[in-house]
Amino acid sequence: MRGGLPALVLVLWVLAALAGPWLPLHPDAIHLEHILAPPWVAGGLGCDDLGRPLLDRLVLGARTSLLVSVGVVGLSALLGTLVGALSGWFGGWWDRLTVHLIDVFLAFPGILLAIALAGILGPGIDNVVIALTIVGWVGYARLARAQVLSLRSREHVLAAVALGAGHARILRWHILPLIGAPLIVEATFGVASVIVGEAGLSFLGLGVQPPAASWGSMIRDGTRYLLVAPHMVIVPGTAMALVVLAVNLLGDRLRDRLDVRQGPARARAAGRRRAKPADPV
Amino acid sequence: MGGVTGFLLRRLASTALVVAGVVVTVFLLIHLIPGDPVDVMLGETASAADRGALRTALGLDRPLPEQLGHYLRGLAHLDLGRSLYDHRPIAAVLAERIPATAELAGAGLVVTLVIAFPLGLLAAARAGGGWDRGAMTFSLLGVSIPNFWMGPMLILVFSLWLGWLPVSGRSGPASVVLPALTLGTALAAILSRMLRSSVLEVLGEDYIRTARAKGLSTRQILVRHALPNALLPVITVLGLQLGTLLAGAVITETVFSWPGVGLLTIESIQHRDYPVVQACVLLISLTYVLVNTLTDIVYGLVDPRIRRGRPR
Repeated sequence: MRGGLPALVLVLWVLAALAGPWLPLHPDAIHLEHILAPPWVAGGLGCDDLGRPLLDRLVLGARTSLLVSVGVVGLSALLGTLVGALSGWFGGWWDRLTVHLIDVFLAFPGILLAIALAGILGPGIDNVVIALTIVGWVGYARLARAQVLSLRSREHVLAAVALGAGHARILRWHILPLIGAPLIVEATFGVASVIVGEAGLSFLGLGVQPPAASWGSMIRDGTRYLLVAPHMVIVPGTAMALVVLAVNLLGDRLRDRLDVRQGPARARAAGRRRAKPADPV
Repeated sequence: MGGVTGFLLRRLASTALVVAGVVVTVFLLIHLIPGDPVDVMLGETASAADRGALRTALGLDRPLPEQLGHYLRGLAHLDLGRSLYDHRPIAAVLAERIPATAELAGAGLVVTLVIAFPLGLLAAARAGGGWDRGAMTFSLLGVSIPNFWMGPMLILVFSLWLGWLPVSGRSGPASVVLPALTLGTALAAILSRMLRSSVLEVLGEDYIRTARAKGLSTRQILVRHALPNALLPVITVLGLQLGTLLAGAVITETVFSWPGVGLLTIESIQHRDYPVVQACVLLISLTYVLVNTLTDIVYGLVDPRIRRGRPR
C-alpha cells in the first residue's frame, strides 16, 4: 500500500461518511429472502443475518467511525494540549499535580479504562466519545508538556519574556507554532487508535446501539455466523483494517515530512512510558 | 553505591503514589454512573426495600470519605466485597479466573518473542532489503488489525475451514493456540519494529565499526555486540506491552470465550455487577503498574545512566 492508495482509501472513507445521508441507502431495510446471503447471491457486499445490505451498513459504519474519531481526537487534543502546555509553562505544584494525574491515567493499560467507563456510563455513541476522550487526552498532555518544557528557555521565548509579553501571548505565538507539528503527528496516529477503540467498544456491545451501525458491531454480529456467512466478518473488518492502515501510513509520512524528531532520544523516552504507535486492541 | 538505594526509594515512592491514584480512581468509578447507581443496578421496578438493602450493602448511604475508608480497609484484607450477581466473595471469583488469564498472557508473550526477535533482527541486519520490507509490512499490518478482527479470522481459517483447533473455550492445550496467536501477533508487530530501530541505532556506534574492522562476522556482531545494548529499550517496551497484553486479553478472551479476568470484566458489565467490574479493573491495572515498576527497576540496575539522571 504505497503511493496514492492510502490517500484513496482515506478519501473514500471520508466521502462515504459525509455523503452518507444523501446517498440512496437502505441500511435498515430487511430482505428476508437474502438473510446471510453472500455477495454473489445478494449483490453488493452481501446481506447480514436480518437480510440487511452490508454495503449500506458499511457506509453507515464509516460515518460512525469518522464522527467518533474526529470528536475524540479533537476534544482530547484540545484538552490535553491545554493542560500539558499550561503545566509545562507554569511549573510548580500545578505541574506536579498534572504529572501525577498523567501517571495515574497511564497506569490503566490500553483501553481497559475506556471499557470500564463505557460499561459504567452505559452504551451509546456519546458515552463512547466521553470514555475515549477521558483516556485519550493524556497522550497529548504529556507530549505538549514535554515540548513546552524544552522550549521554555529558548532564546526567542526568553526575549519575549524580557519584552514583557504576557503568558497567553507567549504560549499562543511563540510556543504553540513550534509544538504544532509533533501534536499533529500524534493526532494522526490518534485517529487510528480511536477508530480501533470505537470499533472495539462496539464489538463488546458498549458502543453504538442497534439499529445504528459500527464496524465493530458488524463484526460482533458476524462472529455468530462465521461458518455460514463469513462475509459478515470479512467485509467490515477489511474496511476497518484498510482505513486504519491508511491512517497509520499517513502518520508515518507526516512524521517524516514534518521532520518530527524521532531520533534515539525520543524513541527511548517514548518507549519508557508507553509503546508507540497506537495500542493494539 | 548510595545511588542504587536512592533510585530504588524514588522509584518505589512514585509507584506508591500511582497505586494510590489508581485505587481512588477505581473507587470513584461507581460514582460516575449517571443518576442513582442503585436504580441502574436493580432496574426501575425494584421495591424500595430492595433499593435500601442494596444501598446499605454497597455503603452508598454513607458519606464519600467514609465509603473510601471502608473500601481501603477491605482492600487491605483482600476483601473486595461480594458479587451482586451470584453473591459470592469477589476475591474468590477473581482467584478462579486468574490462572486462565495468566496462562493466556504467558502463551501470548511466548508467541510475541518467537515472532518479534527473529523478525526484528533480520530486518535490522538486512535494513532496506526484502526481509526488512517484509518485516515492516507485517509490523504495519499487525498494528492495524485489531484483536477482535484477527481472532474471528483465525477461528474461521484454523477452526472452521481447516478444523485443526477448537473454536473457543478453555479445554486442553490446543485451545490456547488461537487466543495466544491473536494476542501475540499484535504485540510482535510493535516489538519487532522497536527491536529493529534499536539494533539499527546500536549498529551505528563506533564499537560496532571496531568489531567489523576486527573482521568479525555479521552474526557475531549482531548477537554478541549489538543485541545486548539494543535489548535495554526493548525490555522496557516489553514491560509496557505486558499491560497491553492484559488489556488486549479483555477483548481476546471475549472473542474466544476464554474464562479469564477479561471475560469476567465484560460479563460483569453486562450483569451490571459493578463491584466486580471495579475489582477486575483494579487487578489488571495494579498488575500492570507492578510489572512496569519491576521493569524500570531492572532497567535502572542494569543501566547506570538511567539510575543517575532520570528526569522527572
